[in-house]
Amino acid sequence: MNDALHLHYFVDGDDFTRAGEASANVKKTLRQIGVSPDAIRRVAIVLYEGEINMVIHANGGVIDVDIAPDQITMVLKDTGKGIADIELAMKEGYSTAPEEVRSLGFGAGMGLSNMKKYSDEMKIESTVNVGTTVTMKVNLS
Amino acid sequence: MTIGDIKNILGCKVICCEERLDAEINTACGSDMMSDVLAFVKDQSCLLTGLVNPQVVRTADMMDMHCVIFVRGKMPDESMIELARERGITLMSTGYRMFTACGKLWENGLRGGN
Repeated sequence: MNDALHLHYFVDGDDFTRAGEASANVKKTLRQIGVSPDAIRRVAIVLYEGEINMVIHANGGVIDVDIAPDQITMVLKDTGKGIADIELAMKEGYSTAPEEVRSLGFGAGMGLSNMKKYSDEMKIESTVNVGTTVTMKVNLS
Repeated sequence: MTIGDIKNILGCKVICCEERLDAEINTACGSDMMSDVLAFVKDQSCLLTGLVNPQVVRTADMMDMHCVIFVRGKMPDESMIELARERGITLMSTGYRMFTACGKLWENGLRGGN
C-alpha cells in the first residue's frame, strides 16, 4: 500500500439521489489498494451515514479522507445549522430529520450511533448556526 | 441457494444483471429502513425491500450485496438500474408482499444469518 493517500470530495446538498457517491468512491479506492474487507466495510458504513447526514441536515459539505498504512481518518465538514445537543443527537432513535427523509429509508436516528459503533474513534465538533465537523478513524491493524 | 433459485421461488422479473443468476446467496434480510440495514446486516447478500430509490442500491453496494428484490411489484427507475448495473448488483421485482416473500424464501431454506 502507498504510504499515504489523500482523497477530497465535495458533497452536493441539493441532490439526495447522489448522496453516497463519495463513500462509494472511497470504498472502491480502498479495495484497489488492498485494504482488508472488514475495514472497508466499516469505512463504507460510517462514511455513507455521515455523507447522508450532510445532505439531510447541512446542505452538503466536504469530506477529506487520509489513508495511512495503519489508520484511515475521515473528516466531514459542513457549514450547516449545527447540533445543539450532541449527547442527545447520539441517542439511538433520536432524529430531527423531516418526514420525507424517513420515507427515503433514513432519518430513524441511527446515523450517528452507527458511525460511533463502526469507527474506532469519533469526534463531533459543532457550533449552532456555524457548522459541524465529524472526525472518524478506522484502524487498519 | 442462487439468485436464480430466488427468482423461481418468488416468480421474479429480473430487471438487470441477469448474467449473475448463478451467484450464491447464503443469507438475506428484509427492510425498508436503510439505516437498519447498515446497522444490523453482516454478511447477508440479498435485500428484500419495499423502498424504491437510489439509496437502496447504494446501501446494497456498501454492504457488498449481490441482489436486491423489490416487493409488491415495485419497479426501479432507469437511474437506479444504471447504478445497479455499474456495480453488478442484480435487481429483481416480485409481486409478493414483504412478509410473504420472506416467508417463501425461509420455507425453501434461506435464513437471515447472524
